[in-house]
Amino acid sequence: MSNWKTVCELIEIPVLGSRIVRSEKEGDIAVFRNAEDEVFAVHDKCPHKNGPLSQGIVHGKTVTCPLHSWKIGLDTGEAQAPDVGCTKRYDCKVENGVVLLNV
Amino acid sequence: MEKPKLVMIGNGMAGCRTLEELLKLAPDMYDITVFGAEPHPNYNRIMLSPVLAGEMGVKDIILNPIDWYAEHGITLHLGKKIEKIDRINRCVVSSDGTKASYDRLLLATGSSPFILPVPGNDLPGVIGYRDIADTDMMIESARLHKHAVVIGAGLLGLEAANGLLLRGMDVTVVHIADWIMERQLDKAAADMLMQSLEAKGIKFKLNASTAELVKGESGRVCALKLKSGESLPAEIVVMAAGIRPNAELAKTAGVHTNRGVVVSDTMQTYDPRIYAIGECAEHRGIAYGLVAPLFEQAKVCANHLAMHGIGRYQGSVTSTKLKVTGIDVFSAGDFMGGEGTDEVVLHDPSGGVYKKLILKDDMLVGAVMYGDTSDGGWYFQLLKDKQNIAEMRDVLMFGEMAHASRVGDVGHQGQNKAAAMADTAEVCGCNGVCKGTIVKAIKEQGLFTLDEVKKHTKAASSCGSCTGLVEQLLASTLGGAYQQTNPSDKPVCGCTDRNHGEVRKAIVDKHLLTVSDVMKELAWKTPNGCATCRPALNYYLISSWPHEAVDDPQSRYINERHHANIQKDGTYSVVPRMLGGITTPDELRAIADVADKYKVPTVKVTGGQRIDLLGLKKEDLPKIWEDLSKAGMVSGHAYGKSIRTVKTCVGSEHCRFGTQKSMTMGVKLETMLFGMYSPHKVKLAVSGCPRNCAEAGIKDVGVIGVDSGYEIYVAGNGGIKTEVAEFLVKVGSDEEVMEYSAAFLQLYREEGYYLERTCHYVARVGLDYVKKIILDDAERRKELYERMLYSLQGFEDPWLQAVKDPEIRKRYEIIAV
Repeated sequence: MSNWKTVCELIEIPVLGSRIVRSEKEGDIAVFRNAEDEVFAVHDKCPHKNGPLSQGIVHGKTVTCPLHSWKIGLDTGEAQAPDVGCTKRYDCKVENGVVLLNV
Repeated sequence: MEKPKLVMIGNGMAGCRTLEELLKLAPDMYDITVFGAEPHPNYNRIMLSPVLAGEMGVKDIILNPIDWYAEHGITLHLGKKIEKIDRINRCVVSSDGTKASYDRLLLATGSSPFILPVPGNDLPGVIGYRDIADTDMMIESARLHKHAVVIGAGLLGLEAANGLLLRGMDVTVVHIADWIMERQLDKAAADMLMQSLEAKGIKFKLNASTAELVKGESGRVCALKLKSGESLPAEIVVMAAGIRPNAELAKTAGVHTNRGVVVSDTMQTYDPRIYAIGECAEHRGIAYGLVAPLFEQAKVCANHLAMHGIGRYQGSVTSTKLKVTGIDVFSAGDFMGGEGTDEVVLHDPSGGVYKKLILKDDMLVGAVMYGDTSDGGWYFQLLKDKQNIAEMRDVLMFGEMAHASRVGDVGHQGQNKAAAMADTAEVCGCNGVCKGTIVKAIKEQGLFTLDEVKKHTKAASSCGSCTGLVEQLLASTLGGAYQQTNPSDKPVCGCTDRNHGEVRKAIVDKHLLTVSDVMKELAWKTPNGCATCRPALNYYLISSWPHEAVDDPQSRYINERHHANIQKDGTYSVVPRMLGGITTPDELRAIADVADKYKVPTVKVTGGQRIDLLGLKKEDLPKIWEDLSKAGMVSGHAYGKSIRTVKTCVGSEHCRFGTQKSMTMGVKLETMLFGMYSPHKVKLAVSGCPRNCAEAGIKDVGVIGVDSGYEIYVAGNGGIKTEVAEFLVKVGSDEEVMEYSAAFLQLYREEGYYLERTCHYVARVGLDYVKKIILDDAERRKELYERMLYSLQGFEDPWLQAVKDPEIRKRYEIIAV
């Protein structure tokens, strides 16, 4: 079921940066923008020790968690080997310069 | 477009390592086909001895399982030996007729045991010791037979003898030389080793050569006859008298060979389409038989196969370690000495310890150790780096501990010798990793480097104080296969092959101003780096080109991006600056008001003489700063690789012992350095007299007031490893304190590698070097001082910026949906 909600304009997310979106149902969701202007959304909690992924450094399609440097794939929500774990991902897209999130 | 084809002959450690390196650099470049003569995927050949000894199983030593080949789209032909290379049609043909054409061919055919040319050398029961099949055969024979003879008392021969002994056989080692392991050990060490092997039950025949192998009734070998006429019963004879590079295939194809396949510094053979690597290759006259050099070769070869064209292999210095449980032997370099060398020897026969160091022109050129080999890695590093040891000559023999006063090394119960620790002892105090876990991971997951151990076990990946212990464990588990890398030569991260020095030099020489310019100029392998390289690049840019390079917040760690310290639960802590640790009732009131208004859960006095507000929500930060700014407070940079605090004692303003106004001096220094970013955090202290209540002896810059002026100490550290600051200079005035301190810190800012503290920087370049620049060259000192002042000019408090600039402020807001 899709339930697209407007987040903000794309330019309001820094390139290689993120914004935190708070949803009553889902809690905090981190919405990322990479160098190619693609957007990704994952639950703002690292599968390791719940670090806020939104605050990590973004590179390629990956974010490095600020707490213990786990690397989480933004398009899969999965931790990079040898670490093992997964965080929930959400559909996210840009239409006419506006970021939309399916929650 | 069709991809070029890469064919690899040989499926061993050197070859597969090359493929791994290649796949890292250029994952989709080639269509890869691998031919292996053995029916197994790549396994860890150096762990065959523990398999023979019954300490590990075959499946424990597999390095690349079959799935790995499939995952990377590699066509794998197991059990197929290549018979012919057709260079004209550029294809190879295997024993069963399988053909594969190539654009690039990689020879990784390894070596074979040298089989003595004596009668009976082809009898059943006579084998070399090379692969899993040989090992299985020995294990099988040990069940059925009683007597074994090993020819050759080198590393491999002794490990084979030990394994067969543990499998219950009666083992004799026949050796042609005067003492065992004569290519790695001198007589004294070899005698001690032989004694302890004899005590285990192995018998030796020295100065003995084999005349023939005698056929028994069953058709199998039954005895070995020596030239002296003596006959030794033997149902297994293991030939371990050396190895020969497998170069026949290349030779038949007309590729230039000598002992091995001759290669250049790029691992290319005389046929430019063909590369050779590992034990089959001969580089500058040497065909290596150990694992460590092969890995270096693999890196270089992969670099050229990926068409990067920048690596060069220039030969390796090797070290040896015997893998016989309970016996420690180490050898490296020129261990015999001779004309023009000095020998330093420590020999304790009853204690079972022997150490010999060979010195030449104030350099360590060789080392042999028996009994206590825990310093082997350290000696080997000194030897490889050709480090001048004049200054440590008097303590060199007593090891790294005696040299570097490692007192205060915390987090692992004060242990500094991994060998002496129990398996259950904690090595990494940050992540709770025990010795046994690390050793197990090294063996079972085939780890070879510190970085791999960090990744897989998390040991040494937080504060790094146990790095030395982990390196010792690598050295003792892998033996000669472990090569420590010099930290200065290490690439910044996996995104590049360049080290910190090269990156910074390029930024300065080519006037690069943005992170993406650096990545373009230096051919970064990833589109926008990673969390390791980007902060380093950003620092090098802003420190090399102040007021020109633009700071990139997305390349900063979160703490510096948001000017507060992230805590374990995702909240932040905020520390306002209190110059010299001095505050006022108004400031305290403002802090108290903030703590009330935002319901701050914890208020704490820090070690740097200021107040920390902990447990703040990200979205509240700008509001809190607004309140603090109104009371005149600015960011304390308690979160940054930057100036932290200047700690002071009360000094002569109040103290009856004080000789100088330490508080005033501290405030002056901290005011001057406000906004200084540096490779790592920087802490200062000023004490008003030698009682040193401000603890200036463990600070990056420590100033101690004396009646006639100030003493300046540098490169101290009170953290992971307590380092006492070293005396730099004595000066007379406050102005001089500012100038010398700033000049030292600017030198560190310009030359220190990212995340290198001043103590590590000074250890790397030497205090004499620092003194030469800061003390002997007044002009250079003044220039450094001016550059420091210039780069800090007009620095604006980042908290106030966030308060004033709505764009920045927005970054802290949360969007509700």
